[in-house]
Amino acid sequence: MMTNPVRKITQGQFSFLPELTDAEISLQIEYGLSRGYAWSIEYTDDPHPRNTYWEMFGMPMFDLKDAAGVLMELQNCRKTFPQHYIRLIAFDSTRGVESIAMSFIVNRPVSEPGFGLIRQEAGGRTIRYTVHGYAADRPEGERGGNGKS
Amino acid sequence: MAIATGASGGATAITDAKRRYKAGVLKYRQMGYWEPDYVPKATDTVCLFRITPQEGVDPIEAAAAVAGESSTATWTVVWTDRLTACDTYRAKAFKVEAVPNSPGQFFAWVAYDIILFEEGSIANMTASLIGNVFSFKPLKAARLEDIQIPAAYVKTFKGPPTGLIVERERLDKFGRPLLGATTKPKLGLSGRNYGRVVYEGLKGGLDFMKDDENINSQPFMHWRDRFLYVMDAVNKASAATGEVKGSYLNVTAATMEDMYERADFARQLGSVVVMIDLVIGWTAIQSMSNWARRNDMILHMHRAGHGTYTRQKNHGVSFRVIAKWLRLAGVDHLHAGTAVGKLEGDPPTVQGYYNVCRDSYTRQDLPRGIFFDQDWCDIRKVMPVASGGIHAGQMHQLLDLFGDDVVLQFGGGTIGHPAGIQAGAVANRVALEAMVKARNEGHNIRVEGPEILRKAARGCSPLQQALDTWGDISFNYTPTDASDFTPTAAVAH
Repeated sequence: MMTNPVRKITQGQFSFLPELTDAEISLQIEYGLSRGYAWSIEYTDDPHPRNTYWEMFGMPMFDLKDAAGVLMELQNCRKTFPQHYIRLIAFDSTRGVESIAMSFIVNRPVSEPGFGLIRQEAGGRTIRYTVHGYAADRPEGERGGNGKS
Repeated sequence: MAIATGASGGATAITDAKRRYKAGVLKYRQMGYWEPDYVPKATDTVCLFRITPQEGVDPIEAAAAVAGESSTATWTVVWTDRLTACDTYRAKAFKVEAVPNSPGQFFAWVAYDIILFEEGSIANMTASLIGNVFSFKPLKAARLEDIQIPAAYVKTFKGPPTGLIVERERLDKFGRPLLGATTKPKLGLSGRNYGRVVYEGLKGGLDFMKDDENINSQPFMHWRDRFLYVMDAVNKASAATGEVKGSYLNVTAATMEDMYERADFARQLGSVVVMIDLVIGWTAIQSMSNWARRNDMILHMHRAGHGTYTRQKNHGVSFRVIAKWLRLAGVDHLHAGTAVGKLEGDPPTVQGYYNVCRDSYTRQDLPRGIFFDQDWCDIRKVMPVASGGIHAGQMHQLLDLFGDDVVLQFGGGTIGHPAGIQAGAVANRVALEAMVKARNEGHNIRVEGPEILRKAARGCSPLQQALDTWGDISFNYTPTDASDFTPTAAVAH
């Protein structure tokens, strides 16, 4: 179990709050849609802080303007990957932004194994650090999922 | 109110060359530095000065003198002018207006041809615009209020090495302000003790910790020691949270060689950010910006010293001008005021600074002190930093004033928390996330903010303790630098 104050990975906009209900998630989706963002869903079993490319659960929903539709896709993703991390991401294609405008976690494994820090001592008291995800020790497809975490 | 231009008594440029270049002393406006009919070209830089002429000095002559002394003039006629296309090199004062409600003060608009400034050099531009002219005896005081920089000159600068969009991508943090804190006490901690504060703050939920402006390499903590302990703290906190974390390692030093050495060590240790102070000067800032570009480093700028010339309304340089120059010079973070904290700042004026940092195209906005449109030509955006005497109880005000693209730094408000540094960090992060969530849900946070915080604190005792400790602390002093805007749109040419 992780030892930080909220006992979980704190990536995303709302990790320090109680997990958002579906009704609360809908309000955030609506906010993004009202600002012209496109929502997409990504999932992973390897939430390393430098693991940029989580798997895409389908394409970004550029043409979906209805929060209920986005939520339905999220529910499909949860059904398929109940023990993965899932995040909702909103893209803003405005010139000069062209990046992510919102991102928050909407599903987590029951138990979050967290990370260890590997230190390699080098010259001049320097240390080279590796942040190592405990989940990544298992083979692909067996991390966190299937209740084996 | 426009000032009468007066056609008699040596009030206009002398066009007859023989008279114009006769040895002796002429009025500046006779020498060609006052051109009321001048229409600035698209490639001109336009400056708005606030001038306070000495008793008896005509404001138009004073404006012409500013144009003269910030471009080609000397105190007497020189025949060598005639070897040059001197008409084009002369800056041209083209409008003078009395400052509303400020007797004795005048706004003077001055245009500069693009040939006057070396491409990509803030040092060169500032040597003209805020060089000799600010010591000129016929003026009691002068202030550079705002500047419009032509697209052609903007494009000679590379701008921020990272910019706030790419910074967010590197940090994997979107849709909320970033959170930071300055390690305190700012002087005296050993490297080992210093890293402790960094670790607690980052593990508790902050995105960044920060060296203070005067932490360099003093006897109590040499720079290598600080960097090593801080990076241990950063990496430990990253592993504990699964987030990318950073601590602004201040590489400010006596020489460029020292700064490069320190920055290179920060890079080797895997830091995502280094920091410099404004006092290192324009040339060093641009050198460090190039270094940051080469090394994928976020460059944090602490505006140490700016108050000596930005704060007084009648003399110096407005911070909005400094912010424009720093965006061109190329920094990624810039302290731009809090409006609600312990340091100087009228809220709309401070918002003006933020807009200069973050806009793609800045529009004239007189209540916020912005006199000119400014096309930023897709140059990257600077992340403004709010730091100094702010706390979790002001979260709704901060988010309402500044939006998402800002680093909110709660130094005392984190480290001074009664239950410890981690608890202080938790309080700030919970307050922030609760406020962003509520705003997105459609709540009017300016009105409902205190209730949103109270509600969030019911499930979070560190936030409750923070509100109990600082909830009603505010710094309500009259700002010295509110905008004296003229109510007409005529100020933009």
